[in-house]
Amino acid sequence: MPSRETLVTEFTARAEEVSAVVSTVASIDAALDHVVDLCAGKEACQWLLAGCEAPLSAPAENLCATAAAAKVLAAPGLAEDLRDRLAQRCRANGIHLVEGSLRQRLGGIDIGLTFADAGIAETGTLVIDSSDEETRLATMISEVHVAILPAGKIVATADDLAVPLGQALARPGNFTAFITGASRTADIERVLAIGVHGPLALHILILED
Amino acid sequence: MQTARDLKGYKKEIQGALENDFLRSAMDKFAVAYPASRARAFAGIDVPSLVAEIAAIKDANLARLDELLAEFTRHAEACGVKVHLAEDAEAANRIIAEIAHAGGAHRIVKSKSMTAEETLLNHHLEAEGLEVVETDLGEWIIQLRHEGPSHMVMPAIHLSRHQVADLFSEVTRTRQDAEIERLVKVSRRELRARYVEADMGITGANFAIADTGAIGITTNEGNARLVATLPRIHVALMGIDKLVSTLTDALRINRALPRNATGQKITSYVTWITGPVACAAGPEGRKEMHIVFLDNGRRALARDPIFAQVLRCVRCGACANVCPVYRMVGGHQYGHIYIGAIGLILTYFFHGRDKARNLVQNCINCGACKAVCAAGIDLPHLIKEIHTRIQDETGHPLQSSMLAKVLANRGLFHRLLRAARVAQKPITGGTPYLRHLPMIFSKEQNFRVLPAIAEVPFRDRWPVLRPRVERPRWRVALFSGCVQDFVHPEQLEAGLKSMEGLGVRVEFPMGQSCCGLPAQMMGEKEAARRVAIQNMAAMATERCDYIVTLCASCASHLTHGYPKLFTEGTEEKRLAQAFSAKVISFSRFLSEVVKIGPEHFGPAVGVKTTYHAPCHLCRGLEEHEAPKALIKAAGMDFAPAAEEETCCGFGGTYSSKFPTISAQILELKLADIERTGAAVLVTECPGCVMQLRGGAKRAGMPLKVLHLAEALAEARAPADK
Repeated sequence: MPSRETLVTEFTARAEEVSAVVSTVASIDAALDHVVDLCAGKEACQWLLAGCEAPLSAPAENLCATAAAAKVLAAPGLAEDLRDRLAQRCRANGIHLVEGSLRQRLGGIDIGLTFADAGIAETGTLVIDSSDEETRLATMISEVHVAILPAGKIVATADDLAVPLGQALARPGNFTAFITGASRTADIERVLAIGVHGPLALHILILED
Repeated sequence: MQTARDLKGYKKEIQGALENDFLRSAMDKFAVAYPASRARAFAGIDVPSLVAEIAAIKDANLARLDELLAEFTRHAEACGVKVHLAEDAEAANRIIAEIAHAGGAHRIVKSKSMTAEETLLNHHLEAEGLEVVETDLGEWIIQLRHEGPSHMVMPAIHLSRHQVADLFSEVTRTRQDAEIERLVKVSRRELRARYVEADMGITGANFAIADTGAIGITTNEGNARLVATLPRIHVALMGIDKLVSTLTDALRINRALPRNATGQKITSYVTWITGPVACAAGPEGRKEMHIVFLDNGRRALARDPIFAQVLRCVRCGACANVCPVYRMVGGHQYGHIYIGAIGLILTYFFHGRDKARNLVQNCINCGACKAVCAAGIDLPHLIKEIHTRIQDETGHPLQSSMLAKVLANRGLFHRLLRAARVAQKPITGGTPYLRHLPMIFSKEQNFRVLPAIAEVPFRDRWPVLRPRVERPRWRVALFSGCVQDFVHPEQLEAGLKSMEGLGVRVEFPMGQSCCGLPAQMMGEKEAARRVAIQNMAAMATERCDYIVTLCASCASHLTHGYPKLFTEGTEEKRLAQAFSAKVISFSRFLSEVVKIGPEHFGPAVGVKTTYHAPCHLCRGLEEHEAPKALIKAAGMDFAPAAEEETCCGFGGTYSSKFPTISAQILELKLADIERTGAAVLVTECPGCVMQLRGGAKRAGMPLKVLHLAEALAEARAPADK
């Protein structure tokens, strides 16, 4: 069994290889600070690299118009105390915090914050139980997906998760996601482009202790 | 898609593809980049073991498909999924249309599914008045262009950014620049609106896990997750061959799938779904979920003793990635809907003989697909089997059955070759080349000069050449193959010379004939079988330690082809196995048995020499090093060429059947050789020598092309030269 340090190092290297931005945070409060800073420093809703002024067909333009004027941080399913701490920080930074009804926000969410249930070092993969629809959408429709991964939950390979995953798959209504890097395509001339239908970027905060 | 009525029509379409400059350069770039990224992705993994494991997993699951289907259905239905089994493509399409109608769905978003391509699902749904939008970028592009995919994983690989920009300009009614990053974002925004409106989402699946009723989907763009999440109805369509027993099986397969497909260690997303998930738009906050399994001949195929392994395919598309013919002609000419080597085979089973009959002839038999297959499918062999089957069903073409008759009769074959030597005189002008091509060949054959039939075949020279070895350390029977016997006897003579004084007693059994590979390649399996029986009797296996051959194609066919020609449990099968166990290539014999080293050669001459690995040596016999070790031992200055193990385009009868493709493959090969700056090119197959020497000569390259035996003979006795 490789040491935690080896696993964290390997996980970080593999995740960075596929464009994930990996940081280590010492505490959950540090993680929340990090997310809020990231959101505050981000341009609001940047659908296109060139910005929202780029011409599109009418339905696409209309959808874009539904995006909120303020920056939006979606953090569904947080424990009450954690949510309060995040809400306080959001208020202080003029960020709109949402926890549900993400379906109404397909026009754009700036940051989606979720916890990861496990990490796979060999491939830099996050494992996230996304059976809850709001969690699922937060990882799908946000421009930046930020995942907090407790360091102790990193395993060497997917095989090491066979038992808990097997149990998850046996539960009706289960939706378990392996997420590795941001969404990507090489469908045009095999040129790699990051950010297609899913997040444009993936940030992973490895939580110590 | 295949629309050509006959081989002539098919060749015309191929010509169009060969003249498509963008396609050619895109394919070349990909062919060069792919092996390196694949190797990086597999670093640290024992690939042959993994492939063997996947083959075993798939075989075990295929043997109990019905059982797995019942188990899956029980679990999935317990979760509230409706499981459907569609007998054929039409049934699958009908079932899915009915689901849409019953659920009041009009707008459908879809993520990538080769199975849906197989059934032409979109056409059917559109004809039923439903709106279907593909959301995978490549699939959306080809849907907008009303085309089929040209690669299983990269469906729009045949298109340039400019073509995509023009297309997207039409869709958005605004001019879009040909900038890839931007075009990708256009699809992001345009398609996001479609998920919002859709009532139903259709996905494929890579795995259906029997013991839980869960499905697994691997994707990169994130569209399948949205398709499976936003609309209130989710339909997953997959072939029943996607059934596996457990999650562990799926995880094993997924170790190889992305690595082999795109050189990724894992795709961005792997999604595991068990039954209807929470969905705010669904009735009672849950999805309506349907899983449609497509049979379409798969259950019968799973019971076929020869072809069942076809269903091991995990749809990674790697067989296309490494195919030299695919590289030249692209996917639209190398498959009907399924593309690449596996596509040639699947076309026959899923889309019928008429779509497959031209395609299966366009395999050069280089074995690159087999070597890369994630599930260890013997693709080239199965392609030939289908070729044979189609000819058995529809009648053998005259040319093919005549060749079969001639090859099966050694006396007649050799008399014809001797007669041809006399007949060729007016066109050789006394040189060893055919100066002008005879009428039976078309102008298309002119891309390389062809050698003339030798004045005196090796078999007639043998009584004089036969070496006397008093106390032999090894007793060897030499198998010449027809090309070296009648066209290049000097290569065999050089072979004898390079073994002089090393204690090798050589016999040349006169009853031997062509190895039979050309008959096999033409789909004449019965003739191939008869020739094999003659050769096995002629070579008197019991009297030698080794059967040495200087022709890689013969060696590979004698080793792997012969045992496959006969049924399990027969005397012929036993004979063929004993025979093939003694077959060894010239280079491996000298390198590993005789252990020839620098001490056996004269002083190093240091001529810059490069090497072309014959397909049937490097992949057919898995011999990658011996020829190069010998080149170095003989004192030549070895300079490796790029794509050393890529086919030269010869492929025996292939080069005369598809000369324009053969010529293009040769051109790339010669360019790689030229870049080494070598004065000498060494290879170990008379067919490759013929192609490369003829091509270099036609191109006016100052390159000396030698069979390994010739290079070694020169180095052993430099004083003679």
